[in-house]
Amino acid sequence: MPFIPHTSQDVSSMLASIGVAEIDALFDEIPAHLKSGSLTALGAGLNEMQVARLMRDRAAQDTPLLNFIGAGAYEHHIPAAVWELATRGEFYSAYTPYQAEASQGTLQVLYEYQTMMASLTGMDVSNASLYDGASGLAEAMLMAVRAHKTSRRILVPATVSPFYRSTARSIVKLQDIELVEIPYDRATGTVDMAALAQHAGTDFAALVIPQPNFFGALEDVDALTNWAHANGGLAIALVNPLSLALLKPAGLWGDNPHPNPLPGGEGTNAALRAPVGADIAVGDGQPLGAPLSSGGSYFGFMCCKQALVRQMPGRIIGRTVDLDGKQGFTLTLQAREQHIRRAKATSNICSNQGLMVTAATIFMSLLGQDGLRRVAAASHQNSQRLAALASGIAGVSVLFNTPTFHETVLQLPKPVAEVLANMANAGILGGYDLSADYPELGNALLVCATETKTEEDLQQFVASLQAAIA
Amino acid sequence: MSIPTELKYTPSHEWIRVEADGSITIGITQHAQELLGDMVYVEAPAVGRSLNAGEECAVVESVKAAADVYAPVSGTVTANNSELDSSPEAINSAPYDAWIFKMQPADASAVASLLDAAAYQAVVDSEAH
Amino acid sequence: MLIFERSHPSRRNAAQAPQAMAAVNIPAALLRKTAPLLPEASEMDVVRHYTNLSQKNFSIDTHFYPLGSCTMKYNPRACNTLAMLPNFLARHPLAPAHTGQGVLACLYDLQEILKEVTGMAGVSLMPMAGAQGEFAGIAMIQAYHASRGDTARTEIIVPDAAHGTNPATAVMCGYKVREIPTNADGDVDLDALRAAVGPQTAGLMLTNPSTLGVFETHIEDIKHIIHDAGGLLYYDGANLNAILGKVKPGDMGFDVIHSNLHKTFATPHGGGGPGAGAVGVAARLLPFLPLPVVAKLPSPTSGRGVGGEGAVEYRYLTEADLPLSIGHLSAFTGNIGVLLRAYIYAKMLGADGMHRVAEFATLNANYLMAELQKVGYRIAFPQRRASHEFIVSCKPLKDATGISAMDVAKRLLDKGYHPPTTYFPMLVPECLLIEPTETESKETLDAFVAAMKEIWDEAHATPDLVKGAPYSQPVRRLDDVKAARELDLTWKA
Repeated sequence: MPFIPHTSQDVSSMLASIGVAEIDALFDEIPAHLKSGSLTALGAGLNEMQVARLMRDRAAQDTPLLNFIGAGAYEHHIPAAVWELATRGEFYSAYTPYQAEASQGTLQVLYEYQTMMASLTGMDVSNASLYDGASGLAEAMLMAVRAHKTSRRILVPATVSPFYRSTARSIVKLQDIELVEIPYDRATGTVDMAALAQHAGTDFAALVIPQPNFFGALEDVDALTNWAHANGGLAIALVNPLSLALLKPAGLWGDNPHPNPLPGGEGTNAALRAPVGADIAVGDGQPLGAPLSSGGSYFGFMCCKQALVRQMPGRIIGRTVDLDGKQGFTLTLQAREQHIRRAKATSNICSNQGLMVTAATIFMSLLGQDGLRRVAAASHQNSQRLAALASGIAGVSVLFNTPTFHETVLQLPKPVAEVLANMANAGILGGYDLSADYPELGNALLVCATETKTEEDLQQFVASLQAAIA
Repeated sequence: MSIPTELKYTPSHEWIRVEADGSITIGITQHAQELLGDMVYVEAPAVGRSLNAGEECAVVESVKAAADVYAPVSGTVTANNSELDSSPEAINSAPYDAWIFKMQPADASAVASLLDAAAYQAVVDSEAH
Repeated sequence: MLIFERSHPSRRNAAQAPQAMAAVNIPAALLRKTAPLLPEASEMDVVRHYTNLSQKNFSIDTHFYPLGSCTMKYNPRACNTLAMLPNFLARHPLAPAHTGQGVLACLYDLQEILKEVTGMAGVSLMPMAGAQGEFAGIAMIQAYHASRGDTARTEIIVPDAAHGTNPATAVMCGYKVREIPTNADGDVDLDALRAAVGPQTAGLMLTNPSTLGVFETHIEDIKHIIHDAGGLLYYDGANLNAILGKVKPGDMGFDVIHSNLHKTFATPHGGGGPGAGAVGVAARLLPFLPLPVVAKLPSPTSGRGVGGEGAVEYRYLTEADLPLSIGHLSAFTGNIGVLLRAYIYAKMLGADGMHRVAEFATLNANYLMAELQKVGYRIAFPQRRASHEFIVSCKPLKDATGISAMDVAKRLLDKGYHPPTTYFPMLVPECLLIEPTETESKETLDAFVAAMKEIWDEAHATPDLVKGAPYSQPVRRLDDVKAARELDLTWKA
């Protein structure tokens, strides 16, 4: 029997100990007519050899092409040691570290992870992960509304990923939170500051600030953060963690401290008056060691200023001492969480993405500060090179005149879907077609080249794009 | 355990001291702090906030539990105890000294209808069963 | 020692990153001025550090892990190996469907398998954990009532024995929570339920078997009470392992369910996640399923399906196909890697294996319950059959010896066992919620009983020994109060 070790002798002696004649007797409290019949559709079980054959056949039907799509999921080299270590049974098959003494391995990894993420984002604290970046953005919005106390409106630029906006809306709308779209400047592909200024003096809990934004463009994060704070709202940074090896950390954005105290802020919570910087930083940790995997598993990260820590959702690990004064790690601030606070918890989240975080911690440790910077810089350079090469093609141009991290929008002379289909036939995933989400941009293609791409790859992209347009 | 007779109480385990100027001071009882255990955090209401009787207005948090504190009567918050920010354990060691916030009641007579020590003792006794 | 303390300035792994430091063409005002606090360590330092840390963990692969409500069954290695085949890992989520017919076929098949074993009309695999499955389920209930113009339903009913995620979920979905009590047999108090329902009732969230480890015998009465009031019935699949292959939630009358694939379908818990909380619905909720759902098209439109002539083609259904959907819950498509592992597990079990899961999980739980009762432990509901789990109350032991459930749990670590769930459900004082799962052998259960007997004896003879436990772990009991009062959440150089 697959994964059931019982011999028939075991079964009979166990039944005797219980005092019943057969296993079915153990289900005698269940109304007989509720018991299900056979599972016809499922078929017979496969042994390991058979299921391996099935899965190899299925994997062979997935055809990997040379990939230039980013749009929120990025192809990076993952050092071999990352998943060798993360899939060790001691990490892979452990539960949530509720029994701290027997979970010091997982707990210390998470504490190290929190330290790395807080440093990358320039924030004071980090939680131990959320599901993904998009649902993490929704949690950040809920957290901002809790912290702000008086407003249920969030300003969301159109330069935030449409996938994130859609997900956030699904999650926050049932609590009557309104997402107000802020348009972008058609010349720069960044937030339209004049349009944003029209919201000055209105009631809002937070402004979401993407860096880089969905177009790959770099926003004027200092100005946006200052604007949010000057107008009484929190600043939620939505960041790519890899880019932070190069870019100014969210905790240092802007130079205009919070209004003091926050509107509706509680007296004893006057610490809510954060110094400079975004108040909450979230994003997707996928670039830190998670394979693309058709969309998951990735992980969401969330960091914030110390003053907001009790409003954070998700698990948090703290360092403390044991009975003998020895250093140890444990889950802390659990009174925020659903298993204690129930209906008044900061979120319903329980399971998070622990194994992905374990991989990310190992990934960041192997690359270190220098390696992470090299990966980020090489990705940046490759995407610049790609944009330069592509804009040499007649009829193709770079759409926005703004600095980018590792993605760029190209304007094409033909419908993008058609071009991409032709490129796919040549073995290339040419990018993400923006025409459905941003029809006003016409034939706009979002392309990404990470450090994984060689000069030959870039030339192949250009040749294929040229052929697809011709 | 002894329940101070000079204080008023609620069934939700707040104590209320009526001050000479008619304002009231609110904390949680010895019984409440025993149930919650080692206190790690207190969130008190902002000064100036107007509260209705029975409204949730503060939170006391231990390692394994969190409890809301309710406004005993309607009124306005006049002070909160910022010393609890750094030493929440004062609620464990001296619950009747470690006040959480002060209010000016909207209607002074409402205070009179709160529980006295004997009535609160009965509440505690009934919970033991 | 922390990884940061193994760091040496300017040490780096030349093998892991690009050889050249590329030029950066970004205005200085947007750049960071100081390097992040990331380790500077060699590959071997890092490998040793995390290998050594792994050894400070209990896990299913190393220890019996009878953690109630968590279904810590063996995670078959084939599921991991095959889910990590290179083509599965390499595919971008926005790549066209024709480049992912293999993974989409697996997901479609898994949807069909879950439909069959749960008796529901449709399934979406997208929720990324049990709690997100709950969110999807309650959001669908909300969408269903709203689509009928029935806006008066503002309450979700939750039994007091429920997991904390249930009330937290209801609040996230904008509902008020009404708790109802449990009777002495561990079943829902039907009179209280009747008194609680009304035109304000949107639905009831129920775990069955409940968190008390017993099957809700009045499930059909409950169904009628809720449905007659116009509410919908939500099944929390946390304990689906207890009835897998034996009873289908759909046959019990549930309108919407979630299933924790990281419990029932043997995917790893990974030290906290990722999980997967697939949702299933009755026919009337089909239009509201979270996106995307995988569809199988009999007549391929792209000509790029699988199997040549007469081929089928798989693709995701989107807003255009399901305009009433509650929407997306993740940027892309949930925890695909977890779903693949669950699929492989289901294929290995097949129909017969699926039937046996509940049978042997239940056999193991009832055997363990009988044996622990013989040792002297108080069983919380001795008049009931155990489902796949049961509760021991250490209250009599504590009254007699001063030894609490927590002390027993910590002493078990010294005996080489992960403790059961402690202090949940809160209805039973000093409780241990014990779930052995079907993958443990009789010898393992017997050895666990022997350890519990030793602790029973120690509690009576040398209680201080038990109160000081554990002694064998990397640390002894930790100061949780200090951890919460003096927050130390990041290492500082």
